[in-house]
Amino acid sequence: MECVFGLVGNDFAIVAADTSAVHSILVHKSNEDKIMILDSHKLIAASGESGDRVQFTEYIQKNVALYQFRNGIPLTTAAAANFTRGELATALRKNPYFVNILLAGYDKETGPSLFYIDYIATLHKVDKGAFGYGSYFSLAMMDRHYHSGMTVEEAIDLVDKCIMEIRSRLVVAPPNFVIKIVDKDGAREYAWRESVKDAAVPSA
Amino acid sequence: MKLDTSGLESAAPVWGAPSELVDGFSAAPSFDLPNTTDFDGFQKEAIQMVKPAKGTTTLAFIFKEGVMVAADSRASMGGYISSQSVKKIIEINPYMLGTMAGGAADCQFWHRNLGIKCRLHELANKRRISVTGASKLLANILYSYRGMGLSVGTMIAGWDETGPGLYYVDSEGGRLKGMRFSVGSGSPYAYGVLDNGYRYDMSVEEAAELARRAIYHATFRDGASGGVASVYYVGPNGWKKLSGDDVGELHYKYYPVMPSTVEQEMVEVGGA
Repeated sequence: MECVFGLVGNDFAIVAADTSAVHSILVHKSNEDKIMILDSHKLIAASGESGDRVQFTEYIQKNVALYQFRNGIPLTTAAAANFTRGELATALRKNPYFVNILLAGYDKETGPSLFYIDYIATLHKVDKGAFGYGSYFSLAMMDRHYHSGMTVEEAIDLVDKCIMEIRSRLVVAPPNFVIKIVDKDGAREYAWRESVKDAAVPSA
Repeated sequence: MKLDTSGLESAAPVWGAPSELVDGFSAAPSFDLPNTTDFDGFQKEAIQMVKPAKGTTTLAFIFKEGVMVAADSRASMGGYISSQSVKKIIEINPYMLGTMAGGAADCQFWHRNLGIKCRLHELANKRRISVTGASKLLANILYSYRGMGLSVGTMIAGWDETGPGLYYVDSEGGRLKGMRFSVGSGSPYAYGVLDNGYRYDMSVEEAAELARRAIYHATFRDGASGGVASVYYVGPNGWKKLSGDDVGELHYKYYPVMPSTVEQEMVEVGGA
């Protein structure tokens, strides 16, 4: 089942997510990217109902882009997190989006940051966070091994530890994960951790 | 607790004085309300019970030459087989197909609706809509109706300017791009055969046989799937129906009855 987690390092933030698209007992796809690159220096990792997840993250992405077009400056990570929280809170009493979000970003002034936002519109600024069944394992792992000012190598090592623990202890463990990173050079994909290979979509 | 229905009964016939002509019709027609406290739940269940095409096997996959799409043809209403000749592969336009799983009416209606939108796009933009675009049109419609009871599990397969395209779209608002999908109650069986036999560089004949075989094996194990295994192919020049075989006949093609050797001849026991 779904596993999304992330942490803040020395001058970067990392998020990792499973890549399974599941319907009851069926895995429809094992290379579904659940981490969206929100803008040049922001990542949004989302778990939840597939429809809501895609619709909501695309909606946030488009609105963040619109803000930048209108005002000529991008939203800070904290501002984007507060905007996302606000949209979830407004929707909560009407037709809620069932999505949990980890928002990671890098700002010139404040450096890297990570925000925990859940579907009932909780907003927390955190050093490390996780959602889904995998969170039980990855949270404990990060509590034990996390320290402030981690290097990229240390952080990736910790992410791999979390993935290994999930794979070995979680009954419904997803096979594949994607890891993305954001630092002063921008948001980008870092690596995939695949144990089964899905037929790749031919470059269209 | 039985519902008090006295308030629902009309006190007097709507039309004037009873005459001979309307004598038999004067009483307003009435049904007893079902003996239940949860009327909404009852109604939901009743609709679900008669919603056809619930049990289904459909599949589609992209390979070297294009997209192969296949489905069974059985419609069931609960345990009752209501039809053995349903067209579960819906022809949206000459270059795009949709598959039907879930509610038959919901699928048929929204695919027809999608066909209209695709044609309008074609007229407005002087070029055919991409599979990506078409599937997103459908996904956005279904998403806007989420939680309102629509039941659709469909694949949109086609050929556009970028080559073959395949998307899975459902009534929960999900939309997935992929190389290989199967939808319906028989899908786990179909996936078993499909995943095992799939290669990207198959020929059209090999791919058609794989699709047919996957549907056949699904109908063999899944009671809600059956009838005819239809196979369509979408290539650069649009779709073409390749075959439609009765799965009963396919069974004897794949597993011919061998004349069994008689191990022991029965002989009359002489004198007892």
